[in-house]
Parts: sequence; C-alpha cells; structure tokens
Amino acid sequence: MKIKILGSGCPNCNRLEKNSIEALKELGKSVEVEHIRDYGEIMSYGVMRTPALVINEKVVIAGRVAKKDEIKDLLK
Amino acid sequence: MFVWLDKLITLLVKNFFKLDVNTRVGSSVHFFFYDSIKIIILLSIMIFIISYIRSYFPPEKTKKILEKFSGISGNIMASLLGIVTPFCSCSSVPIFIGFIEAGIPLGVTFSFLITSPIVNEAAFAILLASFGWKIALLYVVSGVVIGVIGGIIIGKLNMEHHVEEYVYNIKMGNTEIEKLNQKQRLSFAWENVYDIVKRIWIFLLIGIGIGALIHGYAPAEFLARTAGPKNPFAVIVSTIVAVPLYSNALGTIPIAEALIGKGVGIGTALAFMMATTALSFPEGVLLRKVIKPKLIATFFIITSISIILTGYMFNVII
Repeated sequence: MKIKILGSGCPNCNRLEKNSIEALKELGKSVEVEHIRDYGEIMSYGVMRTPALVINEKVVIAGRVAKKDEIKDLLK
Repeated sequence: MFVWLDKLITLLVKNFFKLDVNTRVGSSVHFFFYDSIKIIILLSIMIFIISYIRSYFPPEKTKKILEKFSGISGNIMASLLGIVTPFCSCSSVPIFIGFIEAGIPLGVTFSFLITSPIVNEAAFAILLASFGWKIALLYVVSGVVIGVIGGIIIGKLNMEHHVEEYVYNIKMGNTEIEKLNQKQRLSFAWENVYDIVKRIWIFLLIGIGIGALIHGYAPAEFLARTAGPKNPFAVIVSTIVAVPLYSNALGTIPIAEALIGKGVGIGTALAFMMATTALSFPEGVLLRKVIKPKLIATFFIITSISIILTGYMFNVII
C-alpha cells in the first residue's frame, strides 16, 4: 500500500497528514506516508485542490481535511 | 431582523448590569453583547449557505467552465466563479497552474485570483450583520468589478513571460472529481461553519470589544475630521496599513462599524477590509513559486489602486 499527501505544507495539509498517520496507527498498519510538495508532481494527479490524499496512486480526498475515521474507512 | 435581540440585550443591560443604555458605559456594554450575538448568528448562517453552494463548484469544474469563455466575458465569468469556488490560500498555486495549463488566459486567471480572496463569505456575513444588505451587496459587486478590471489590465500588459517557465511544462493528469452526496455537502458546509467560527471568534470578540469602547468613548468630531469622507488621504492610508494585517481582517469589521458610527467614511473602512483580505504577504510569497516578482508587483499595485478607487466611490455615494 502507498499513501501520499499532496500539498504545499500549509496547516491544512499537515493536519491531513497527521490524521492519516493516526488512522494508519489505529488500524495497525505500518505504512509510510509520503508528503508531496512539488507542484509539478501534485498537478500530475490532476488535482487543483490541496490538501489531497492519494491511496495506491488514486486520489480519494481533495481540497479538505478528512477526519481520522473517514480515512480509516478508506484505508480498510 | 434583530429587534428582538436589541430588546433582550437592553433588558440585560438594565436588569443584570444595572446600567442605563444611554450612558457611555451602558451603551458600550450593549454594543458588545448585541454585536457579538448578532454577528455570530449571521456568520454561521451565511457560511453554511455559501459553503453548501460552493460544494457544487470545485476548481476543476470552474476550470472547465472558463475554458468556454473568451475576452471580457471570460474575465467576468472568472470573477463570478471566484466568489463561489472554495479554496484555501494554499491552493492558489495549484489553481493558477491548472488554469494556465488549460490554456485559460493570464488576465482571466487573475480576475479569478483577485476576486476570490476579496469577496470572502465571513466578511460578507459580518458586513450584512453590521451594515445591512445594501453595503454587503455593494461589497460583493465591487469585488467582482475590481477582479474584472484588474484581470483585463494584466491581460493587456502581455505579461505571459513573467510566469515561471516550468509552469508551462507541467502536464496535468486526469482524475475523477470526488462526487459528493447531499449528506456530504451538508457536512462540508457544517464543517466550514465550525472551522471558520473556531478560527476567528477570538479576533471577532477583540474587535467587538474595541468597537464597543469606540462606540461609547471615542471623540466623534476628531474621527470625522481625520478619517471622515472629506479627508482624501484616509482611503489611501487605510489601504496601505491593511496589507500586513492579513488574518485578523474580520475582527476589524466591528471596529469599522463603530468608527463609521462616529463619522469615519464607509469607503475608508471598506477599502481597509478589502485590502486586508485581498493583498497579503503570505499570498505574495506563495505566488512567487509560479510568477516572477514583476508580475506579483503589478498584481499588488493594480489591486491596491482598484481598492482605493472603490473606497472613494463608496465615500462619495453613501
């Protein structure tokens, strides 16, 4: 499983990253969360809204900070 | 609309604080409680409604709509969509790149980028609470006009080569836009209300507190003379002072309300507020990643001048 956060590093992006890490921890999965800050790479996913959450190269959340429980559902 | 609240707070001031509302301290206390409750109620309702509408206009969709318009109608459409497209300031760079990549003209892209932060839903709500429909709508209309004119000028200046080269080389991938159901839209709207109110309530209360003191104690004659509609420099000074103040813009509205009550020009106060939200150093720093300093400077100068002119217009017509 590959998980990426797309975002410039603004507070919202960091909150989404934190929620994702917590969600993974609660599910007992040890997967590293990669934070993509390069705009070229962010755009290659086709999103214009950050922060975004990418699971296995698929954009599942864009433009909002999803809560831990929602991310847990997406990760299952 | 809030007569009931006015009566309720008057009773509170009289029976609980044992004060007469016609005294200085009484009127300050009344202003504080009345304004705090009124603003929080209207703010929550407006953010909820606007966020719900916004859930239908993600930037990816806005981009698709804008691809169909050219010339001035493109600037107008971009400005209007700037009001309803939701994005946090950190998304301004991806939006900029996405528009340019789609072949949307630079001037049209700037119409969007100028109006979007100027017309802010929280500012709209607080203006509505403080000054009523007329001023709140004029604020929205001026934000659109500033965006359209600013975008047209930037378009005419042919500054395409002041965009960083790498932007033109980015190829956007395709993605499915997340489809929201009604429940998700409502929860998006509700989360926005919670998020914005949580972030700004303290600034609002501080602003209302200062406003209350001004309301009860500030010397009206002095203020009307120095910052009233008749002083031509007041608008310029308030615009320049506003730029570094970014995040606390909303707290300034209750202060402005109290100041206007004392004779300060409405245009002066509005120019101040628009400049705090439209022009900020953090925004400039972010945009530096995609555009060169000369274009950033042009954007700031054109927007500042438009805001100053709008300020004068308000001072003259109201």
